[in-house]
Amino acid sequence: MKAIIATTIFGVIMMFAGLMVSNKKSIVAIATVLFAALLGVNIWDLTATSADAANNLFFNNMLRIEHYSMWFNTLMTGCTLLYALLMGKEIIKVGIHVAEYFALIFFILCGLYLLSTYNNMLMMFIGIEILSIPQYILAGSDKRNLKSSEASLKYFLMGSFTTGILLMGITLLYGASRSFNIMEIASMLNSDALNPLALAGILFIMIAFAFKVSAAPMHMWTPDVYDGSPTPFTAYMSTVLKAAAFFAFLRLFQVSFNTLSAHWTLILAIITAATLLVGNVTAVFQQSVKRMLAYSSIAQAGFMLFAVLAVNKFAWQGIIIYAAAYSVATIGLFSVLVKLKDFTYDGFNGLAKKEPFLAFTASIFLFSLAGIPLTGGFMAKYYVLLAVVQQGQLMWLVIFALLMAAISVFYYFRVIIAMYFKPGNPEMSSTLTTGDKLMLGITCALVILIGVAPQLFLNGI
Amino acid sequence: MILILLIVIPLLSGILSFAIKGDGAKTLGIISSMVSLALAAYVSGTNFSQPISYSHEWIPMLGTQFSLMADGMSGMLVLLTAIVTMVVMISNANKETENAGAFYGFMLLSQAGLMGVFLAADALVFYVFWELALIPVYFLCSRWGGEKRIAVTFKFFVYTFVGSLMLLAALIYLSLQTPGLSSYAWADIARAGSSLPEIVQIRLFWLVFIAFAIKMPIFPFHTWQPDTYEQSPTPVTIILSALMVKMGLFAVLHWLLPVLPKGVAYWSDTVVILSVIGIVYASCIAIVQTDIKRLIAYSSIAHMGLMSAVAFMHSGVGMHGIMVQMFNHGINITGMWLIVSMVEERWGTRDMTQMGGMATVAPRMAISLVIISLANIALPLTNGFVGEFMLFNGLFTGDGGAMHIGVMVIAGLGIILGAVYTLNMIQKSAYGNVTEMIVKKDLSVNEYAGLAIIISLILFLGVYPKPLLDLTAGVAEMIVR
Repeated sequence: MKAIIATTIFGVIMMFAGLMVSNKKSIVAIATVLFAALLGVNIWDLTATSADAANNLFFNNMLRIEHYSMWFNTLMTGCTLLYALLMGKEIIKVGIHVAEYFALIFFILCGLYLLSTYNNMLMMFIGIEILSIPQYILAGSDKRNLKSSEASLKYFLMGSFTTGILLMGITLLYGASRSFNIMEIASMLNSDALNPLALAGILFIMIAFAFKVSAAPMHMWTPDVYDGSPTPFTAYMSTVLKAAAFFAFLRLFQVSFNTLSAHWTLILAIITAATLLVGNVTAVFQQSVKRMLAYSSIAQAGFMLFAVLAVNKFAWQGIIIYAAAYSVATIGLFSVLVKLKDFTYDGFNGLAKKEPFLAFTASIFLFSLAGIPLTGGFMAKYYVLLAVVQQGQLMWLVIFALLMAAISVFYYFRVIIAMYFKPGNPEMSSTLTTGDKLMLGITCALVILIGVAPQLFLNGI
Repeated sequence: MILILLIVIPLLSGILSFAIKGDGAKTLGIISSMVSLALAAYVSGTNFSQPISYSHEWIPMLGTQFSLMADGMSGMLVLLTAIVTMVVMISNANKETENAGAFYGFMLLSQAGLMGVFLAADALVFYVFWELALIPVYFLCSRWGGEKRIAVTFKFFVYTFVGSLMLLAALIYLSLQTPGLSSYAWADIARAGSSLPEIVQIRLFWLVFIAFAIKMPIFPFHTWQPDTYEQSPTPVTIILSALMVKMGLFAVLHWLLPVLPKGVAYWSDTVVILSVIGIVYASCIAIVQTDIKRLIAYSSIAHMGLMSAVAFMHSGVGMHGIMVQMFNHGINITGMWLIVSMVEERWGTRDMTQMGGMATVAPRMAISLVIISLANIALPLTNGFVGEFMLFNGLFTGDGGAMHIGVMVIAGLGIILGAVYTLNMIQKSAYGNVTEMIVKKDLSVNEYAGLAIIISLILFLGVYPKPLLDLTAGVAEMIVR
């Protein structure tokens, strides 16, 4: 639990750094060092996690830590560090408040830690708000760009509605179970004689989470917000933030509503199918790679929903490996994208000739997103499929999802075709330094490492 | 240990090849393929009373191990892979390839993938190599292929990818049926699969089979094939038609027949009928083709159709015939493509109505063409005859019920049609009016060497097929049992 405190303090430090340090590069350096320190604190937390469940309750039973939550925190902090290393230079270009952007990211991490360890509905709510509010600000951080402001406003309005729906769900559930504690709720609700209030509550909460993870039909905000936000922040929003929302979603449904799965599995299965369909099919028609990645993130969310659907132990493995593989590959791909001036497919034409290394790494990231073996994306898809096949009831959804995965090859490989097989001379927005190449190489190696040795990233879960 | 070398040598030399500029890659390719051939010959030369195997911890929590195993069939296919790769490397040696390092790199990587597929004894390892063999070929076709290459190769990739994903779902399902809920070892998968109730096996059959049917390809999943063969550069066409389609057939024999016996029994009539339709349909289309490359592509569909029909006939001789014919077809089709590429280079066209008189201007090439074509239509004393004879024997003795006579007659029709289009092709290209050549020369030294290997194998195995028969006898018996 030291990480929650540490990240809050680091956030405040960053805000002061904005006042005291005028050199933007130094601010990025400070932030990177603090992210690394935060990773250290997380590992400390991880090793200090007691095997005895009774010792793992904190703050009057408000938080409960498990080995897998702490491991998720560590991995996501690692992704954030990777993000800072890859994108630091680009964040400087967004606007003048560089220190504040980093401070907001620290606060987002605080929300993430709450969401992975909450034991109480109130903590979950606070976690979601801490996670979301910085996100609204980051979306609108390019103040002079109308699209950025639109993204921010749109996201804020829609998010506020969803917050209302979430609160309503929590209230109804409290009415049915007389508790906010997720463990107690589980024991209070009886599957055979389920209170209609509780059912309505579960539905409301499901809708709210579906919005946060951009599942269809609550996905409408995603393309505009991801497209309008400054690219470095889109990269963060569509990866670590989404993973956090998923983890919270899974935690609630796994712990509290596990025994009630007969009541909600079909609804969620339909949401999953719709998400896969909308995400994959719409992504095919995009002309801009950035917008394609927004739809691809919806499509990938469809796969992550598999973990929520499968109420078994594989689900935790699935969500963690998926979050890690998807985040690393997407952050990597965005860091290639920001090097280019033109975000359309044509903007990638001939990249392999001009910057062979950049094109090579981008291909690995795209392979991973498409789920080609020996990359992280394959193992991620593998684990969530394993979870859902194990659950046994949803073979139709598995086959549907695999057909959709085949469609995803269309839009991912279009980028590869543009880079390797089409002539062109892409305009670069910044030159590629040796440091950039090194970082991209490391990211690439990570993607492959997840694919070859996933057990390292599951740490005995 | 020797099995892992079979994969690692092409893999490492492939990766190394990307870094080499100029002609070094070519030399590296030839050396690497020769070393592979020596190893493959050693592996297939051992007697398989005790299968060679290799195993190493991979992902214990998934119950998967990096395990490889060679029996007679995989030994034979590994040998075929090594021979074909070497012939391709040798006969390509005098050609200038743009960006040679990458080209040879991808070629060697696909060889590594193929070796892995044939040797894998673990379903997940098999799946990984199955996909890995595909990716380099995708890049080879899209980069060095003909005009319509991008669209065509993309179609090919999506087709095979859909199949692979279905296969993945089936493999996950099967592994969850094994004791301990997760094991991918071939023996466990086969045991779990064959003890499933019939209705489950019937459903699971298509999930598994569709991947293999696309790869073979069986009618109506073949539509990617003629276009891809036509658009690919010849070395890649050879890899595709001599080796990658064998992956499909090998997978049926190794990963389908023993794993889902009841499902196979239920669907075998359907598959046999589809295969026979494929034979006749492909032969008829081949007759009206004027592009030699497309003609051979369709003839290949017909040949594979015959093999897949027999595979579902449950006959010992037939099964043995498939294995022999897999090898022979691989050798013959390689020879055909080599000649096609030489023709294209010299006449500047593949349209056989635009050319003629090869026997006058390039007699050695014409003789090679005639020998290889005759082997392709299974004339006695060529290798094709041995395999085809056994296949028909299998069709007749297998348990196709009343259907088998009909199947045999129609498949026999395919042979006759095969003679029609092949002889027509020989007549038009080798004889007739002499047309202008762009490059006036008969075979060069390396082309000579490549064809010599092919032709001596054709004649040797046609006269004395015993080594090949001995190599695969045990496996054929085991599969049928």
